[in-house]
Amino acid sequence: MAIANVLLVDDEVSFVESMAERLTIRNLETVSALNGEEALAQLEIKPDIEVVLLDVKMPGMDGIEVLRQIKKKHPLVEVIMLSGQATVESAIEGMKLGAFDYLLKPCEMDQLISKVKEAAAKKRKHEEKIIEARVKEITSRRP
Amino acid sequence: MKLKERWRSITGGFLSFSDEIPAPERYPLLRRKIVILMIIVTVSPLSFMAIINYHQYRTSLNSEIKNPLYLQADSTKHTIEIFLEQLLAAMQFIISAYSGEELSHEQTLKRIFFVLKREIGGFVDLGVIDTNGIQVSYAGPYDLLGKNYSQQSWFQETKIRGVYISDVFMGYRKYPHISLAVMHQAGALDGWIIRATIDTNKFNEIIASMGLDPESDAFLVNSQGILQTQSKFYGEVLDPLPISVHWSGFGTHVFETSDPQGRDILVATAHFGQPDHALVLIKPRSEVLKSWYTLKSEIFYIFFVSVGVIVLIIFTLTGILVKRIREADEHRETAFRELQHSHKLSSIGRLAAGVAHEVNNPLAIINESAGLLQDLIGHSGEFQKRTKFLELTDSIIQSVQRCREVTHRLLGFARRLEVKSEKLDLNRVLKDVLGFLEREAINRNIDIQLQLADDMKPIFSDQGQLQQVFLNILTNAFAAVKDYGRISITSWVEDSDTVAASIEDNGIGMSKETLKHIFDPFFTTKKEYGTGLGLSITYGIIKKLGGNLKAFSEEGKGTIFTVYLPLEAPQDNGR
Repeated sequence: MAIANVLLVDDEVSFVESMAERLTIRNLETVSALNGEEALAQLEIKPDIEVVLLDVKMPGMDGIEVLRQIKKKHPLVEVIMLSGQATVESAIEGMKLGAFDYLLKPCEMDQLISKVKEAAAKKRKHEEKIIEARVKEITSRRP
Repeated sequence: MKLKERWRSITGGFLSFSDEIPAPERYPLLRRKIVILMIIVTVSPLSFMAIINYHQYRTSLNSEIKNPLYLQADSTKHTIEIFLEQLLAAMQFIISAYSGEELSHEQTLKRIFFVLKREIGGFVDLGVIDTNGIQVSYAGPYDLLGKNYSQQSWFQETKIRGVYISDVFMGYRKYPHISLAVMHQAGALDGWIIRATIDTNKFNEIIASMGLDPESDAFLVNSQGILQTQSKFYGEVLDPLPISVHWSGFGTHVFETSDPQGRDILVATAHFGQPDHALVLIKPRSEVLKSWYTLKSEIFYIFFVSVGVIVLIIFTLTGILVKRIREADEHRETAFRELQHSHKLSSIGRLAAGVAHEVNNPLAIINESAGLLQDLIGHSGEFQKRTKFLELTDSIIQSVQRCREVTHRLLGFARRLEVKSEKLDLNRVLKDVLGFLEREAINRNIDIQLQLADDMKPIFSDQGQLQQVFLNILTNAFAAVKDYGRISITSWVEDSDTVAASIEDNGIGMSKETLKHIFDPFFTTKKEYGTGLGLSITYGIIKKLGGNLKAFSEEGKGTIFTVYLPLEAPQDNGR
């Protein structure tokens, strides 16, 4: 079983290809998207995606907008922002919108993997809690 | 612009104040110019007024003094003239009213003489002389009857002028006298002369009636400068007057001179027509000008005191003014320099962020591609030159790491994150940072001297950023000192709102030129190793934390960096 299900979103094809393959080698189930729309579509198709690695600066829909959409439609999916720049505005905004973390490109693979793991764990814990709550709800209905 | 140049040409550049003059000379020069200008502006009208006042007062006072003197001399002269005219008129009357026979009769003449003595006084004798100069009748104490005067000069003069008044002479009684003669010019006695001798007591009485003060003097003098009455200060009757008194024409004159005793005196001369005498009235200047001298010394006193006060005020005020200007200039210069520096920092920051971003994306591709290559080689079996491939990819990844460090530092430089504020002990921060460098200090035998304040106040600031600050400064200090060198770390409480820490090394130091640029981004002296961002970032952080960083260095002797931090860092210091 994969460590985590990851969606990699970046407009740089070479980056996406190499990174996806490297993540796969490290036992992460990885799908990729080259823009925001594609990413949102992938999320619709594959509901088991746990963590999205999202580039901030992309042509068309930018990372912040994509993040907003993801959080709207799939609130449990964790998003790690990736950026070549470290402007306060985008970092703060990303965190405000509920991003899990913010990493600076080029990032170290080990650091990235550990962040992804943390994010996935958080998501799973979140899901478990929701399931627990539902079970409780159901059991509480049956006296 | 033209006006300015014209003004400059008028003032000879005195009032211009050029920025080109080097600073240390600029302010004393400015001060000197202001002082001179203000003294000229204030003292010259004052002096001008004092001089004008002095002259005006002197002129009016002189006339005020001369006028009474003039009047007094003139009126006394008239009194004497009237007295003489009275005598002459009486004599004229006698010779007109009596016949020659009556006048030749001694008893009649004696009776007339007696009446004259009683009514007018001062008569010593009285004689009647016929046309031949023979005294035909005489009343008086001497035996002068029949005396022939035809050869005497007064007789001749009386014949010509009709009237004669002599100078003073001592006479037989050794007492000052004058003689008067009047010629009859009508009837039977045409050519007859009546002659009287009178003593000069009457003159003395008239002079005494002037009521002079003890320092003043008045007397009669003839045209040869011989005293005709006694003088209080200048001699007896018939002595020559030691003061030269000349007159021309009739009338009264007042002039200033000095007497043989050296006193400055005012002299009024009132000239008689007949005899050729003058009444001289002398008053010492000091006496008459006493009030003027008092006023003069008061004017001088007020003038000098005022000038003194003005000069003192000007000096003090100018000193304060120039000091203020200097402070304002320095303040402005510092503010300008800081502004310039922060502008530089912010524009370079923006540039750095842009460059870093543009470089980071391709760098990420290289990183991932090389990483993938490494992964693939790692997972594939043995093949030819596998080790070589691994080495190469490793070198690519390491180079990417190096690039990443540079771009991340650039971004760090540009980053304006919010300041995290927590309660800190500055001494603790210094010790923590020193912990990072302890090993190097031991290896290189560097003597670390810690002098941390016991009464250090806690501060609210950003620990991570402060660590970076001190790490940067200490790293520089370590780079500057040789092995067995010395680094002193001192902390103290600067004032109620500020704490400070200084890091002093006895290393190579810096030139003034280097010192000017150390906070500039990309300025480095460590040619191969430095990014030139360390101190620039340090400076930026300290400013962000509301503090200040000062550097002092002497080439060959060492460098001192002093960090001043507020007890509480400002919260909102984002861009």
